[in-house]
Amino acid sequence: MMKGRPAARAAVKRRVWVFLILAILLVALAVAAPALAPNDPNRTNSDFMKIAPCAQFPLGTDKLGRCVLSRVLMGARTSIFSSLCVVAASFAFGTVLGVLCGWYGGALDELVMRAVDILLAFPQMVLAIAVAGVLGGSLLNAMIAMGITGWTLYARLARSAVLTLKNEPFIAAEKLSGCGTPRLLCRHVLPNIFGPLLVNAATQIGTMMIGIAGLSFLGIGVTPPQAEWGSMINEARAYIQLAPWTVLAPGGAMLITVMIFNYLGDSVRDLMDVSGQSHE
Amino acid sequence: MGRTIGKRLLQLIPVLLGLTLLVYALMDLAPGDPAAKRLQAQGVAVSEETLDAAREEMGLNRPFLVRYGDWLLGVLHGDLGTSYRDGLPVAAKLWKGLKNTLVLTLASLALSVAVSVPLGVYTAVRQNRAGDYVIRFLSFVGASMPNFLISVLLMYFFCIRVKIFPVIAKSSVQGLFLPALALAVPLMSRFVRQIRAEVLEELSKPYVAGARARGVKERYVLYKNVLHNTLSAVITIVGLSVGGLLGGSVVVETIFSWRGIGKLAMDSITARDYPVIQGFVLWMAVIFVAINLATDLAYRALDPRVDGLEGGR
Repeated sequence: MMKGRPAARAAVKRRVWVFLILAILLVALAVAAPALAPNDPNRTNSDFMKIAPCAQFPLGTDKLGRCVLSRVLMGARTSIFSSLCVVAASFAFGTVLGVLCGWYGGALDELVMRAVDILLAFPQMVLAIAVAGVLGGSLLNAMIAMGITGWTLYARLARSAVLTLKNEPFIAAEKLSGCGTPRLLCRHVLPNIFGPLLVNAATQIGTMMIGIAGLSFLGIGVTPPQAEWGSMINEARAYIQLAPWTVLAPGGAMLITVMIFNYLGDSVRDLMDVSGQSHE
Repeated sequence: MGRTIGKRLLQLIPVLLGLTLLVYALMDLAPGDPAAKRLQAQGVAVSEETLDAAREEMGLNRPFLVRYGDWLLGVLHGDLGTSYRDGLPVAAKLWKGLKNTLVLTLASLALSVAVSVPLGVYTAVRQNRAGDYVIRFLSFVGASMPNFLISVLLMYFFCIRVKIFPVIAKSSVQGLFLPALALAVPLMSRFVRQIRAEVLEELSKPYVAGARARGVKERYVLYKNVLHNTLSAVITIVGLSVGGLLGGSVVVETIFSWRGIGKLAMDSITARDYPVIQGFVLWMAVIFVAINLATDLAYRALDPRVDGLEGGR
């Protein structure tokens, strides 16, 4: 629509910065969670069960007398880091595989692309629920379950980008000037296909977060008593009428976090659009 | 068109083969001995003797590919094995739940389309006005909310605060509304944004400017031309959302105790009833593949240019 117009570009750029800073703040908050938490997140206390928000417990306590604010803060660590890890791992694995497939083609390409077709034939959450359920509940298993299909988009994007890039004259020129394949791939191919992959990664963070929290909510994610937003909401929903803050606090934290990462993903995509770089 | 369908069906064969292999391998992925798990699920004491008998009966002594071949042959005949828990055929158990799940997902799809098409058109026509901003922001909030959070919040407000709906959903229209709404909120939020973008693109096309210049009423252009031309996009958007819908139904059915296939799957995961889990994943994947194919074909039928492009290549 407003392709390349400088004013529009500047506005989109500003938006990317705003949400990037907010996202970094969230990550910082998660890193600092142990220092910020007013109480021990796992300490149960039978004298302070389901207490409404007060000075000692700013967001109240849950059924076992644990401080909800401390648990929400520690839950940020679990939710944010686990989704960032899955996205980073999917990104790295899918990109490397996609680049190799696009560059070398042949049997490897055929094999990987058929595997991608098969994995994409499953609804992502259905496969994740089955895998996490069968493997047994743990955060790592939930992350594996989400990652099984997570890498396929990067592999497809990287492969098709490499296929078009392969025939560019500058690649031939680099080849002729004696540039070795590993160097060629790292120095010339990867930087040129990075944009669309990054957009994909940025938009995937929110989805991953919702997915992992969903698995934990279903009881096939983190193992208690580890604090995690999805499992906190699941534990607390039974007594929501007595202590609504036990659901509203982790729910609000989850909503704000996912919204920030989704806005970040959207604005990164808009930035690529106005920069004139195409993405699929 | 007929050739396209045939080609698409042929392409599906390797995908379906790989898909079934993966589903079958799920069972072997589980830690521990399947024979012991079946005995435990049935409440039989696990001893060396009963284990050996169970292994023999389940054919676990044979190589993986032979067992897979046997299982696949059964699947092709509609036999998905028997449940560990009650010995009933898995296929029959799934059928019972599938009807309820279909009712729930179709209701939420209908609700999503009914809400998002008018809102999408409205926000596009009123681009960058107050209404557009408010609806877009709300749709962003809705799209960022996990199904389970919406479900719990809806339950809290409508069943506990304002006692309009029963806490445990019955298979009645009243019981259907909340789970369908919980499933529909993220869906309609996404639809509104996508439909808005489609309508905006359509409105910027030369034929709209031409029609306006000729004095055709704005309303006529919008309803007769623009809406008609965005229909194929709406079908694609709906088709692409089915995967998320099937995953979300597991969560929503579990929360609202809706006796669908998703709740059955979660109960089976808790009970480590692997044949039922396998059957569930297999059915979901096959439904997903079939709907993707149908969406693609419907898109081609509505927009003949897509077919022409393929033929020219």
